[in-house]
Amino acid sequence: MKARSIAIAILLVAACVLPFVVSNFRVFQFTMVLVYAIVLLGLNMLTGYNGQISLGHGAFYAIGAYTAAILMDRFGAPYWLTVPVSALVCLVAGFLFGLPALRLEKVYLALATFALGVALPQILKSKGLEHWTGGVQGIVITKPDAPFGIPLSADQWLYFFTLAVTVAMFVLAVNLLRGRIGLAMVAIRDHPLAASAMGIDIAMYKSLTFGVSAMYTGVGGALGAIAVQFVAPDSFTAFLSIAFLVGIVVGGLATIEGALFGALFIQFVPNVADQVSKAAPWAIYGIVLIAFMYLMPGGVSGVIRQAWRRKNV
Amino acid sequence: MEAFLAQVLSGLATGGIYASVALALVMIHQATHLVNFAQGEMAMFSTYIAWSLLNAGMPYWAAFFLTVAISFAGGMLIERLVIRPVEKGSVLSVVVVFIGLLVILNAVAGWIYSYTVKPFPSPFPAEPLFGAYVSSHGVGAIAVTLVVVLLLWAFFRFTPLGLAMRAAAQNPVSARLVGIRVGWMKALGWGLAAAIGAIAGMMVAPVVYLDPNMMAGILLYAFAAALLGGIDSPVGAVVGGFIVGVLENLVGTYLIGNELKLTVALVLIVGVLIVKPSGLFGSTTVERV
Amino acid sequence: MSSRPWQILLLALAVSATSVFAQKKYDPGATDTEIKIGQTMPYSGPASAYGTIGRVETAYFQKVNDEGGVNGRKLKLLSLDDGYSPPKTVEMTRKLVEQDEVLFIFQPLGTAANSAIHKYLNAKKVPHLFVASGATKWADPKNFPWTMGWNPSYQTEGRIYAKDILARHPNGKIAVLYQNDDYGKDLLKGLKDGLGDKAKMIVMEASYEVSDPTVDSQIVSLKGSGADIFVNIATPKFAALAIRKVYDIGWKPVHYLNNVSLSVGSVLTPAGLEKSVGLITTGYLKDATDVAWTNDPAMKDFIAFMKKYYPEGNVSDSSNVYGYSAAQALVQVLKQCGDNLTRENVMRQAANLKNFQLPLARPGVAVNTSPADFNVFKSMQLQRFDGKQWVGFGDAVH
Repeated sequence: MKARSIAIAILLVAACVLPFVVSNFRVFQFTMVLVYAIVLLGLNMLTGYNGQISLGHGAFYAIGAYTAAILMDRFGAPYWLTVPVSALVCLVAGFLFGLPALRLEKVYLALATFALGVALPQILKSKGLEHWTGGVQGIVITKPDAPFGIPLSADQWLYFFTLAVTVAMFVLAVNLLRGRIGLAMVAIRDHPLAASAMGIDIAMYKSLTFGVSAMYTGVGGALGAIAVQFVAPDSFTAFLSIAFLVGIVVGGLATIEGALFGALFIQFVPNVADQVSKAAPWAIYGIVLIAFMYLMPGGVSGVIRQAWRRKNV
Repeated sequence: MEAFLAQVLSGLATGGIYASVALALVMIHQATHLVNFAQGEMAMFSTYIAWSLLNAGMPYWAAFFLTVAISFAGGMLIERLVIRPVEKGSVLSVVVVFIGLLVILNAVAGWIYSYTVKPFPSPFPAEPLFGAYVSSHGVGAIAVTLVVVLLLWAFFRFTPLGLAMRAAAQNPVSARLVGIRVGWMKALGWGLAAAIGAIAGMMVAPVVYLDPNMMAGILLYAFAAALLGGIDSPVGAVVGGFIVGVLENLVGTYLIGNELKLTVALVLIVGVLIVKPSGLFGSTTVERV
Repeated sequence: MSSRPWQILLLALAVSATSVFAQKKYDPGATDTEIKIGQTMPYSGPASAYGTIGRVETAYFQKVNDEGGVNGRKLKLLSLDDGYSPPKTVEMTRKLVEQDEVLFIFQPLGTAANSAIHKYLNAKKVPHLFVASGATKWADPKNFPWTMGWNPSYQTEGRIYAKDILARHPNGKIAVLYQNDDYGKDLLKGLKDGLGDKAKMIVMEASYEVSDPTVDSQIVSLKGSGADIFVNIATPKFAALAIRKVYDIGWKPVHYLNNVSLSVGSVLTPAGLEKSVGLITTGYLKDATDVAWTNDPAMKDFIAFMKKYYPEGNVSDSSNVYGYSAAQALVQVLKQCGDNLTRENVMRQAANLKNFQLPLARPGVAVNTSPADFNVFKSMQLQRFDGKQWVGFGDAVH
């Protein structure tokens, strides 16, 4: 659709211009938006397209983040190497978790993933791994400066690096989801019996989807760790996993652009809520959440698509 | 041997806590086929209401029953006003509404009552039974939970209303065809769950002290307990609760130390679920093609 | 016509102009009328109980402003919620420094949260003042000249208990309950360091997570270890649970309680006052619920302040005494700055507190800092609970 291409082009141009018109602090915030967009894309693949509820994706985010931190701090690896390594580690981890988990349905899977999300900070703190993970003290990372003497601040350079990775991940997602694989995933979600009767290997697809979804989240985690320059078990609580779930629902389940809207929501709405009410900011956040679900049950994406359809009728 | 027994007994006591919250979770699932993540915060809020009543001078049992009644009404109200509008949407949007509810209740409780820990009285005498390891309150709380389970079981099994509720949850379309007001059945389910939650909260608070974050850790274990026992079985919820309580203690003391006991306990539970996907007492659903 | 009068006039103008510029020096955040102060606090999330520290400090600055401010300038505290999550702390701190342009960051809370912004604030040369955490690394002026802690270090506290154990119970067996995070581990380390090669006295350590509903299982195990000394490294709620359980199972060890949880109102009363008899702790601040201070004028001032400026706050919560005292210390630092409100001078004055006795600090515990010594509180006193109040014994120890 031509309109979609134009919208994407405008978005890309705006994204490239952004770091030059706002302060470094805002650039940092928008870098986090991109990070969350990658994460939400991954989670949406699993939960939106494939129907497997995950309440524990914070764990894969943490694995990606710690992989990056350990590589940079303990091994002195360059920052750009951490992205593919985290991707690989999380792909494997996700696949391995997905294998036994695919036997579980809906609410039972939710518990299993929630357990993962809750257990991982404990594991990170444990004495056995303390030497690598820094235990409760965490690991401090240094942000890379722009290479080859390009006149960009560290924040701006990281933003562009993250933007490049984000675009690549989105392109990959589009190819995956618009084709045969995406159809298979949706078929498994909507009618697994019919899907397997058609010859789709449900077990393989479900585990692979878990793996790919974890991979995306891990990439986000690595980039997020570099942006924040710090990892600690406290950064990856169960609440993070829940925030991701909120993000994909608010953004729009089973949509690709929903990841971006969801990312904007989870990054900025808590800050806005804090400004509205000092006494009980999370009450405001909760009210906004519920309002969103009333007004936009299909998420922001749903509303936009509906409006577009109406316009074309 | 004495130490082992002590751990088991103390585990049964905490298990009683998980069992009562798990019961409330099962209750809502019976009525609506949804898991209510806000259950813990609702129970906590009910307990604060009880605390306010007690602080105003009301005697314990009067405050107890009044709180249960208020919670029942509150639960029904929440279903009608907050949940009803989004029911038609996807399961996940309802889950997000639960999350919103959870967050609101927690923030409002903290705002009104502050975060300082408050002691909450127990209706049971303070002397310990069976030696020093079991308190009367622990036994009393378990007794109360069992009474509630019994009443629930009888309600679902023997009363027409209970039957109507089960029908409404299992097959809303057919239920409507025979004249059951499905909407009100759901609201009733929520009201009952809120009431059970209030009872759970008032039994739990004397043990863990009352504060807005009181239920956060408990909810996870209760969730695990409910699923372990089978999400559609009240008996399962209670058994699951005791198992989780004892398991937590034994794993922490003998197996892996307290650092990783939550992890190991959860891994064990998930392991059981993989072998028996509907839980220990749950009924397997047969899928029709 | 003589040019002398003009010369004199010009000279006078020049002198007065430079002296005006010489008197007032401002960095971002300070003006003639106000001083902007930044802070991150866990108003939500698992540590939200500590949010009251930010609130009591906001209230105190309000009182100071009502009384004319500091050197005629109003204090404006921008306190933001970080939910005890380090990434949020980083974001909010960057906002405060880069967008709101505060003069300095005051009392951000949490060891992990502060670890996340430690390097950043020192790189940006923004004072990271009176950090609300007892980790030892905040008093390192050589490597981190812009960071100064507030709490007496947890390791110091652990060492004090070790010293007392070695002095009065050298043949005992020790059991330890500790919170499984940086604070708990730091105190435990101090205890072990203080015991030195007698660290073998520790026969059992049991940890708990903040998400655990009770610590019953741990206490039962610890009693089973046969220890006769118990070191209780727990935050208020868990400390109360532990004290109560220890009593209920009939265990009567020599019971050391860490000072984070010494409040009579918020810890010992829920645990049961009769169950708390004999508890030993260290102290550097007065507890408002302790009858020892009922007639203390400084305490009366505090209670009146709470009534007027922070009525929804809980007088029995020791966090409020803590925040109140830190705010008073900050006001002293700012007073000493005079009209030179550069970040560098703020740090210089913070490192220049001499025998400053805070109204709610225990007698004999004064604040002393110097450029080489960033430890705000160095000495504490051991005290024992007699069922009604904390009674000090021995001399103030380091």
